Amino acid sequence: MSAPDPGLPLGRQAFQANWSGRIAFGALVVYTIYAASHLGFSWDRFVTGLGQGGTFLARMFPPDFERTQLLVDGMVESLQIAILSSFFGILLSLPVGLLAARNLMPPWVTWPARTIIALCRSFHPIIIAILFVKAVGFGALAGVLALIVGSIGFVGKLFAEAIEEISLKQVEAVRATGAPFLNVLIMAVQPQVLPRFIGFATYQLDSNLRNSTMVGIVGGGGIGATLFTAYQRFDYDYVLAILIVTVAMIMVAEVLSGWIRKAFQ
Amino acid sequence: MSTVGTAIDREWVRFTPAQRLGRYALYLAAVIAIVWSFRTIEIIPEFLYDSPQQIADLFVRMWPMDWSYFGEAVWASLIETLHIATLGTILSLFFAVPLGLVAARNLTPVPVLNWFAHFLFVTSRSVNSLVWALLFVAIFGPGPLAGTLAIAFRSIGFVGKLFGEALEEANQGSIEALVAAGAPKRSQILMGYWPQVRPAFWSIALFRWDINIRESAVLGLVGAGGIGVALDTALNLLYWDQVAVVLLTIFAVVVLAELVVTAIRQRAL
Repeated sequence: MSAPDPGLPLGRQAFQANWSGRIAFGALVVYTIYAASHLGFSWDRFVTGLGQGGTFLARMFPPDFERTQLLVDGMVESLQIAILSSFFGILLSLPVGLLAARNLMPPWVTWPARTIIALCRSFHPIIIAILFVKAVGFGALAGVLALIVGSIGFVGKLFAEAIEEISLKQVEAVRATGAPFLNVLIMAVQPQVLPRFIGFATYQLDSNLRNSTMVGIVGGGGIGATLFTAYQRFDYDYVLAILIVTVAMIMVAEVLSGWIRKAFQ
Repeated sequence: MSTVGTAIDREWVRFTPAQRLGRYALYLAAVIAIVWSFRTIEIIPEFLYDSPQQIADLFVRMWPMDWSYFGEAVWASLIETLHIATLGTILSLFFAVPLGLVAARNLTPVPVLNWFAHFLFVTSRSVNSLVWALLFVAIFGPGPLAGTLAIAFRSIGFVGKLFGEALEEANQGSIEALVAAGAPKRSQILMGYWPQVRPAFWSIALFRWDINIRESAVLGLVGAGGIGVALDTALNLLYWDQVAVVLLTIFAVVVLAELVVTAIRQRAL
């Protein structure tokens, strides 16, 4: 747009050039080049990789569904880990989230609860799983405990935020009848947060299912161990079979949790 | 009105019988699933007996922390992690923006293309970033390149889906004005859609960057570079005092990243 619009005063354009935006974009490009060179990316490496990728894909196809028993056992264990960790995680995040809600609780209660939530949230479930594998040994229990911790962090935070956003009018009304605190929670708070809470819970079930297929990499039980072993043994066709089944299970779970959310809307 | 009397006598119920039945069925299914998992999950009780000693042992071995490891390996790999997360996010924006444009039904009124973009998003999100990392390590060899690509591919679905939804929610008024003035598609996007979705876009990008910092910290466990490599090395050597240093560093970085994101959101968005 070099010629200025005739309707506007000289030197003004309808859409002015956004110089700060251009500078920011330039900085982003410079950073990308700097970071890529810092990490040692090079075109040669990329091209070699593409050739390697062809070999890799060729070895993946066709997927090998021969060792069905191992596959089914791993998937079932992952499913169990996801269900149990979601159940206990959500159950525990209820009181933690409630205690962290600043509109219902005094500051000396919310601060410890918020610290617990922040601690649970800051580590990836896989890292927590490493610690639990050391504490309770290899197997599904370590995975369940790790995902419980992750669930408390996520659901607890969202639940606390949901409670903080409720209308206090109903709380006041119930309080005015002389109801004890528990009744205030059941009659005034719960009806306002239940649909959102079901949303968080089903989302967390999905998320736990995704992670339960991974905690096995560090010894936390489930299909992840089988996947990682197959990968290290270069059984890429079996890896592909595991991946197909995992992705299928995750997609089915996503559809199911969509139905659950609809039923509780 | 004669219906008033019957309206008062009628018993009001919040949900239809079908809704109630559906809810009870879901409750029942949840209980069955939990009981089944509880009864069949394989837990080795022998491991549980000594878990208090193991936990005590864990803390004894972690203390005092070996801070010499920080300068040795942690700092360099920390920088690598930050670069992986940031570059991965940038790369994912590069792919996700065009795909988001294709996925938005109001911008691309071709159902096949919308469907194709959504299919790519679902695929990208359904594969865990660790699995993406495994695949890219097999292709490009161990190192940060695999990690960056894993982060990028995992983020495409997330960013693309949310960006597409933001585009679909854009107000059509200013866009219709542009169309009426004869603006080409490019100008419609840049002058009509972009100013409306810009805050949503940056907030999605920042949110994903925050998640990517956490995720890139574990990619090293499968050899895809970053601070996870330092963690993996220390773990394999059972140097728990070094593990403690790495964990504390990850914690500090994650908290810092969250503070940065909150600050940017409050100031700029």
